[in-house]
Amino acid sequence: MIKAKAKNEMKLVIPSNSSNESFARSAVAAFMAQLDPTIEEMTDVKTAISEAVTNCIVHAYRDTIGNIWIEAKIYDDGRIWISVKDKGCGIPDIARAREPLFTTGGSERAGLGFAVMESFTDKLRVRSAVGKGTTVTMEKRIAQRYRHDG
Amino acid sequence: MSVVFEKKDDALVALLSGEIDHHTATEFRESIDCEFEMLRPALLVLDFGGIGFMDSSGIGLIMGRYRKAAECGCRIRVVNAPPMIERMMKLAGLGRLDVF
Repeated sequence: MIKAKAKNEMKLVIPSNSSNESFARSAVAAFMAQLDPTIEEMTDVKTAISEAVTNCIVHAYRDTIGNIWIEAKIYDDGRIWISVKDKGCGIPDIARAREPLFTTGGSERAGLGFAVMESFTDKLRVRSAVGKGTTVTMEKRIAQRYRHDG
Repeated sequence: MSVVFEKKDDALVALLSGEIDHHTATEFRESIDCEFEMLRPALLVLDFGGIGFMDSSGIGLIMGRYRKAAECGCRIRVVNAPPMIERMMKLAGLGRLDVF
């Protein structure tokens, strides 16, 4: 299988301060604007990024501040691939963490983070090791719009 | 973010504006709870007309206010949610709570 080459990519490292949530999703949204997404497609990706970054802040680095690595790549066929990585506490049971409404974040958390990421993107993959960290990768295809000339 | 409050008869209307994420949800929550505690209305209306972005922290915000209101015998209504935010609310199954 030939691996497609990204036509553009970005990398961002931010500390897990909650004030960076808005910056993280806006940065990825600005990058993906090259794919000419609809408002809805852009909102989907922004929401998925917001959930992934919030998980790093609320769960991975619960009582500490650590780095969050965000990487995004876009491809000629209109796909955007995004990775959000932390080196926090890790997830002991990924299947349980992905269940809707499951949360260890307290009564003000909805437990919908992974359900939203899954629903708002086309592919979601979660890799985690306790004590080492978690990497979430997501992919979404942005519909190509045809140009009418003349 | 900002919350503007209007008192209409026995209802407290909270007009929310800005973006709701984990960071801003804390500020929204504190602002709403403070006004709610002071007025103890029979109906709390959360107006999402001015919200441009919301992740699942907004669902936590609604569910938290729903529980708090229910403890005091207060009803809660969610109104004017833009379509993209309504989609998040549907995904969370908020329809089952009778808040619309």
